[in-house]
Amino acid sequence: MARRVLPGLPLALGFTLLYLALIVLLPLGALVFKAASLGPEDYWRIISSPRAVASYRVTVFCAAVATAFNLVFGLALAWVLTRYRFPGRRLLDALVDLPFALPTAVAGISLTALFGQNGWFGGALAPFGIKVAYTQLGIMIAMAFTSLPFIVRTVQPVLEDLDPSIEEAAQSLGGSDWTIMRKVILPLLTPALLAGISLSFARCLGEFGAIIFIAGNQPMRTEITALLAFIRLEEYDLPAAAAIASVMLIAAFVMLAVTNAMQARALRYTRRD
Amino acid sequence: MARRQPGQPRRVGDSPAFKWSLIVFVVVTSLIVIVSPLVVIATEALGRGLPAYFAAIAEPDMVSAVTLTVVVALIAVPINTLFGIAAAWAVTKFDFPGRRLLIIVIDIPFSVSPIVAGVSYLFVYGLQGLFGPTLQSADIKILFALPGIVMASMFVTAPFVARELIPLMQAQGRDLEEAATSLGASGFRTFMSVTLPNVRWAMLYGIILCNARVMGEFGAVSVVSGNIRGETNTLPLHVELLYHDYQTAASFAAASILAFLAVLTLIAKVWLERQGAGRAGRPSLSGPPVPAPVMEKA
Repeated sequence: MARRVLPGLPLALGFTLLYLALIVLLPLGALVFKAASLGPEDYWRIISSPRAVASYRVTVFCAAVATAFNLVFGLALAWVLTRYRFPGRRLLDALVDLPFALPTAVAGISLTALFGQNGWFGGALAPFGIKVAYTQLGIMIAMAFTSLPFIVRTVQPVLEDLDPSIEEAAQSLGGSDWTIMRKVILPLLTPALLAGISLSFARCLGEFGAIIFIAGNQPMRTEITALLAFIRLEEYDLPAAAAIASVMLIAAFVMLAVTNAMQARALRYTRRD
Repeated sequence: MARRQPGQPRRVGDSPAFKWSLIVFVVVTSLIVIVSPLVVIATEALGRGLPAYFAAIAEPDMVSAVTLTVVVALIAVPINTLFGIAAAWAVTKFDFPGRRLLIIVIDIPFSVSPIVAGVSYLFVYGLQGLFGPTLQSADIKILFALPGIVMASMFVTAPFVARELIPLMQAQGRDLEEAATSLGASGFRTFMSVTLPNVRWAMLYGIILCNARVMGEFGAVSVVSGNIRGETNTLPLHVELLYHDYQTAASFAAASILAFLAVLTLIAKVWLERQGAGRAGRPSLSGPPVPAPVMEKA
């Protein structure tokens, strides 16, 4: 049976496509065009230069460590928020989103003030020989801060919907808490955790504002890829900026594909009754 | 929910020792990681006393940065909201080829680094960009001026309103709108009196998040703004400028305005979630608007 067609498709779709074309696709297309016009040899020379490769290594390594921290802490946070009742729980739940609401530059200068040599935490860590600001540890902390909410917010709804009778069944079979956690609960959380990990990792790869203040930005050691693209731009080396930005764009598209796949999987799991 | 009623069997992790050590671990870590940045902003900003703080806020470059930030938001957020409504209407009320692809394209800006967005804009409107020479001969300034800042902000926030509306409007189906139009209501009237009342909290939620991001955007805007003090410096850029100028207290004063905005945003978010917007209405906060099968009514 033919359905009645609602009005407004040409206008709505037209405006949507115009906005996306003008605001999103045209600039990205121009970037790809610029990078492609370099020619394969120049392009490869720029993106495989030692300084660029070092920046990929720093970025990916720090993003991996930050995501690992968020995995542990995010899971603990989501667990505490859904399973336990304690004073301040609702406030804590609201505060989890602060890293998304706080502008990255503001996060950057406050983390630098906290972890700098004279800062509250930087000063406390200094006697142990731990330096945070202007090292890779600083980059990791900035990345962990800005991407913290992802894993909490993907795991939380799954934990809330977890059926108590599954745990009861496992307990009646004699499973200890640790065994049930490992063999029953964690497998149920895995799709959501993977979705959260890919979101968190992707965000870390692209982060800029929070990192540049705390990183020290030494080439080869504490220079992230986003900053290298920015520096090339400030040097008016536009081809190099285009090439490095295009590498980040490719990484973003790979992460978008991974995230979409993970999330579709996580959603299938949550919906399965 | 997890609350244990009397007589219910204990659940995993309910032993008091485990429970309270985990709570203490999480609360202490949250204090260090999440709360202390807020506290340090306040102490650094007020470190030289209230008069110095207000003097820093009233400084002309600061005022112009705040003004520019508000102007950018006043332009970018309404256009973004219209885009979100249009995109959600097209994607959820009609079937057409490429619909799923369109949803993915809407989500692209979430994955792309703000720096990449900013750099991309240079290759459109910069002197060596596609339209740069033409624009220069016509004496139109887009980069290092308001239009560039607005467009870069619109890039990074493109999905904000759309992704709040799409899952909700998808779940609500098309029956009500079809009934309204079959009774003779125009498309506009149908939207205003049938669709909008059902999605107004979700829309407001998207608008508030979009506004927070526009006002706080740093990476993309720092590439396209040119950082002309008192002219194209938004508030986040002014934070950086003062910081690198070793005017730490003034920099934190600027940051405190943005932090205040962030706290207001969080409060509004919690309130809207109580109205059923945001993650209360969705399987996951950070999930893309995957078109869901019609949800069963609880």
